[in-house]
Amino acid sequence: MTPDTDIPVLTTTVDKMVQWARRSSIWPVTLGLACCAIEMMSMAASRYDIARFGAEVFRASPRQSDLMIVAGRLSRKMAPAVRRIYDQMPEPKWVISMGACASCGGVFDNYAIVQGCDQVLPVDVFVPGCPPRPEALLYGIILLQRKIDQQRAFGYPRA
Amino acid sequence: MDAPAIVAALDTLVPGSGVQALPSVDQPTILVEADHLLDVCGALRDVAALGFTALIDIVGVDMLPRVPRFDLNYSLVATSVPARVRVKVHADGAEPHVPSVTGVWPSAGFLEREVWDLLGVVFDGHPDLRRLLTADDWEGHPLRKDYPVQVDLPVRIHEPIQVTEAQFRESIQADRRVRGDQA
Repeated sequence: MTPDTDIPVLTTTVDKMVQWARRSSIWPVTLGLACCAIEMMSMAASRYDIARFGAEVFRASPRQSDLMIVAGRLSRKMAPAVRRIYDQMPEPKWVISMGACASCGGVFDNYAIVQGCDQVLPVDVFVPGCPPRPEALLYGIILLQRKIDQQRAFGYPRA
Repeated sequence: MDAPAIVAALDTLVPGSGVQALPSVDQPTILVEADHLLDVCGALRDVAALGFTALIDIVGVDMLPRVPRFDLNYSLVATSVPARVRVKVHADGAEPHVPSVTGVWPSAGFLEREVWDLLGVVFDGHPDLRRLLTADDWEGHPLRKDYPVQVDLPVRIHEPIQVTEAQFRESIQADRRVRGDQA
């Protein structure tokens, strides 16, 4: 809209508009594996309030979710279940690996824990910390939003 | 009732069982041979003077250089007396066998599954000896001292099939019969 015309029109590309809509409503799936989930709940609650970034609705069904936050250590027995939940989420979908344990096994360098959930899921953002503070996870979501902004709306390769 | 009294009672109730009292700091502890475990446990539960009606826990310990290798500690509680006793059983070998006490205390079912899962002690006569804590397709018994702590295995991301096709169909048909659905 230019000052010298009164035509109420904005021009943009479909890519930008669709990705703007997608990044402004990233709904995470309700999935907590360990103590990181406490920080994740804190981030969702009123003090840190991810509703400011459009991500406030933790959906109880993977069918309605866009984002999986792997919050905590992922055990070898849990890996198939987490993978199944990820497979049930509709495209487009993203994954945040929250904390040291989910990202690399953390202190649990043993036979029971998957040494990094990127062996099971395609991770978009790694958030370090043990556990990460809610601000750190918020920053991870903002980074994910920037990443979504740079993705194409259609025709990007399937995960 | 302290450990020598329990041993004296068991000596008359189960002759030839060879139960011994062991030194302990917290509660009476007795050592039982695996061959006499079921007789001794039956007596501990059924005789009114003892009355150990509840099996609280089974703790397996791997004492690797020692022979016999495994300790099994059965924690019993007599709710009416009240009293506690720890029954200790030794088991040896790469695949030790111990009689199952599920016939005496049904609560032993999960406890024995856990001990078998993590330590590989086989409980003869257990109705359903499956893995409990580790995945169904796990190999080895992780709490053994010779089990490697850091193993580099590929992660399995697909669950094994939990019901067969026939079981699935049978389940649906049973559901339809219950609802009176003609389809």
